Amino acid sequence: MHVSLAHFLVVGALLFCFGLVTVATRRNGVGVLMGVELILNAANLNLVAFNHYVVGGVSGQVFALFVIVLAAAEAAVGLAIVLAIFQTFKSIDVRAADALRE
Amino acid sequence: MILRRVLAWAVAAAFLIAFVVLVTNRIVVPMAPTGQEQVAGALTAFDLSFYLLAAMAFIGAFGVALSKNVLHSAIGLLVALLGAGALYVLLSADFVAVAQLLVYVGGVLVLVLFAVMLTARISDVNVSNVSFGVWGGLALFFATAPVLCFVAVKTPWQLLPHPDLAPTTEAIGNEFLGRFLLPFEVASLVLLATLVGAVVIARKETRPE
Repeated sequence: MHVSLAHFLVVGALLFCFGLVTVATRRNGVGVLMGVELILNAANLNLVAFNHYVVGGVSGQVFALFVIVLAAAEAAVGLAIVLAIFQTFKSIDVRAADALRE
Repeated sequence: MILRRVLAWAVAAAFLIAFVVLVTNRIVVPMAPTGQEQVAGALTAFDLSFYLLAAMAFIGAFGVALSKNVLHSAIGLLVALLGAGALYVLLSADFVAVAQLLVYVGGVLVLVLFAVMLTARISDVNVSNVSFGVWGGLALFFATAPVLCFVAVKTPWQLLPHPDLAPTTEAIGNEFLGRFLLPFEVASLVLLATLVGAVVIARKETRPE
């Protein structure tokens, strides 16, 4: 069976599911951010695959580049927030940051 | 002693060079004209490289999701991002692949490792990555993955007849300075705001007495 669009979509789906599991189960703030990166990468893979096999041209790749830029921005701000949480609560366990609840 | 070590390194380097030459001659060069020659059983070079890279990305993502040690998770993320970046090359997205390498592997991953080192004492890295439960995570995985894979495989996609492998950098540059000029400039503003915002959030609060 020749590798085609469906193969790349399956890889993207598996990466997405692993990212989802990471985000849902990690207590470590940095681990949660890693899961978000995986999810964004899966979306990127799908964008580039659809661009290559269905649309043609480069607009899908341009969109993937914007996603990469926003993922880098999100990682910088997210890790800054994790550092601030660590300074405030002396822990990066995401369950420790519940001050707004009280 | 030193002579033996130098000899060992020379042998290792010779093996590495031989491996690279072998891979180049057997896989890359046959792939270059059309990519349709069969190199291993019924698999073409394209299929073979796809399966290898997909396995690499899968193993990396598996490590991110299920490893006990947060540093191992970061290394798993490295492997997954490298695999995905190499898959972009197979999809004729050379510029995106290089951007992935520079931004993700060179930038984001280093940031993640910095955050790990700054926030966790190395002695308790082992316990700092405990999960809410492997079973809940596996249940979530087996609830979502089959559905997505089913949709991906069963949908009758309208494929292009002959997707071609062609360099895309020039076309992407033209699009960025033509049709996508405004989003491109807004992206630079977003990055500037991110830079300032990250510094403001992460610095230590110092109050004047």
